[in-house]
Amino acid sequence: MATVDFEGKQIEVDEDGYLVSLDDWAPGLATQLAKGDDLELTEAHWEVINFLRDYYQKYQIAPMIKILVKEIAKVMGPEKGNTKYLYELYPDGPAKQACRYAGLPKPTGCV
Amino acid sequence: MAKFTAKPKDLINIDYTPPKTEWMDTPTEIREHMFCHATKAKDLETVEFPNIHEWRPQDEDWNLPANWEQIVLQGMQDLLKKYRSFQLFMDICVRCGACADKCHFFIGSGDPKNMPVLRAELLRSVYRGNFTLAGKILKKIAGARELTPSVIKEWWYYFYQCTECRRCSVFCPYGIDTAEITMMARELLNLLGLQLGWIGGPVANCYMKGNHLGLEPHTIKSSVEFFLDDIKEITGITIEPTFNRKGAEILFVTPSGDLFANPGTYTAMGYLMLFHELGLDYTWSTYASEGGNFGFFTSNEMAKRLNSKIYAEAKRLGVKWILGGECGHMWRVIHQYMDTWQGPADFLQEPVSPITGTKFENAKATKMVHIAEFTADLIKHNKLKLDKSRNDHLVVTYHDSCNTSRGMGMLEEPRYIINNVCNHFHEMPEDTIKEKTFCCGSGTGLNASENMELRMRGGLPRANAVKYVKEKHGVNMLANVCAIDRATLSASVDYWVPGTAVCGTHELVANALVMKGEKERTLDIRLEPLPGKEASE
Repeated sequence: MATVDFEGKQIEVDEDGYLVSLDDWAPGLATQLAKGDDLELTEAHWEVINFLRDYYQKYQIAPMIKILVKEIAKVMGPEKGNTKYLYELYPDGPAKQACRYAGLPKPTGCV
Repeated sequence: MAKFTAKPKDLINIDYTPPKTEWMDTPTEIREHMFCHATKAKDLETVEFPNIHEWRPQDEDWNLPANWEQIVLQGMQDLLKKYRSFQLFMDICVRCGACADKCHFFIGSGDPKNMPVLRAELLRSVYRGNFTLAGKILKKIAGARELTPSVIKEWWYYFYQCTECRRCSVFCPYGIDTAEITMMARELLNLLGLQLGWIGGPVANCYMKGNHLGLEPHTIKSSVEFFLDDIKEITGITIEPTFNRKGAEILFVTPSGDLFANPGTYTAMGYLMLFHELGLDYTWSTYASEGGNFGFFTSNEMAKRLNSKIYAEAKRLGVKWILGGECGHMWRVIHQYMDTWQGPADFLQEPVSPITGTKFENAKATKMVHIAEFTADLIKHNKLKLDKSRNDHLVVTYHDSCNTSRGMGMLEEPRYIINNVCNHFHEMPEDTIKEKTFCCGSGTGLNASENMELRMRGGLPRANAVKYVKEKHGVNMLANVCAIDRATLSASVDYWVPGTAVCGTHELVANALVMKGEKERTLDIRLEPLPGKEASE
């Protein structure tokens, strides 16, 4: 199993770099994972990460993009509630990249 | 793993020249982007699969159990005993080659081991060496070979480059079902703990939570409520579906992808709108919340276990019959296995449409009706008010799912529906539709993201046919009746034929459906402005 070194601890990740255990997550780890992609997490990035983590807490799955877009629009206004805005923040796709920083697993099945 | 970056112009250069060495002497190279990750041990533990161990496909040593050879040979013997078809398919192939160029993976890769005849030969050679007299004595001369760890790797690599689509079987003069050969090989690999993550994960989820995605009851409900908000915005109509309702006439079961992945979600909105308009006495279930069956890609026994919840829930709720959504392999399982596994379903009634009175004779045994049959019957009896012009911005073609066409023979109903809800419909070339349909290239649990080159190669023949109708007729929408299709064709069409979208058939129905009390439609089901019907300023 692959690992990443975080504050002297070895954190297990899967083949695509997603955390194996949600409990290993810490804000500093998100920052470190983003740094690995040459990305500096801003307040705007954290708004998405925090939403993802709250949603996961409630529903045990990462939200669909269209739910993410709608909910972000509700909380942060229509200028942020669109796919373009989210892709500007997370060029590899909000579902993949932001979920990885947020410590959520990838969804599987007919998706 | 490096990102998949190959461009279509690179992938289209396919070399069909076979290697100079004989196939038995050509080693298998496990190549990046062509295979899926290994499954997580915890998922296999959930369903108590055997020989769970840590391994990675790209590693030299797969940590096979010490007695791996005995496990495989004993497993093979058990399967030969259990399925006469397996023995028959091992014995009767004359290697005529009629199937050789019919496989989408061969067409897209040029790798001779993707010719169905040679892929089967990978298994047959071991069968001959261990279970036939000629093979035991004459060895290689009789086409037999030793079972070695490299053979196991070769099996794993190539039997997960087959989507059990059965197109090759259509052309086999002996009627050999190559999908069944792949199923046997995958059963053997599963005995060694060599499962894929993309299969093991959904299987464990389905076993624990009722569906592949692992959606909890309140997540399912919130997802449907989200769709209802959108429907309200589009039509002005409030819909209140029920969940787990005892005494409903009909239980509705669909793949969970429809509830949580685009463009399947638009298909789900279509179901909700149609059922509301009909005033159908039906219920969703958060327990039987999966039509699909990824267990079918592991072992017969696992498929049976996962399938059992559909009847169990129908019985618990006391419904009369079951209506099933747009899914592919769900229908192969229902049509060809369910009654044998779980039947007779004598606690249900023979399905009768409460709207038209039509008795679905074809569903007499299983008591499960495909929604395309149900809707086609409604249209035939003039029970729906349809405004085709709402789909006028779409030029549609129809992709037959391998399993609904070859697995259950449903060819005309979806076409009948599309022709009644759309003005512009064009068929792809004859050799690529109906019984001869080309697979999406990502079925049987191969719809992961790490094997994207394999998926794009396998998806090439289908995409090529789409390209043909796009250039000839301006096709911009690829309709289908399968959740895997909706998820995977979106990727392959985007890669090979950008500018063509993918949708479920009931999304088109929903666009055209004129509902009682609806407001004037200015948006389509995706909440995009309907061309020609935009809101007036």
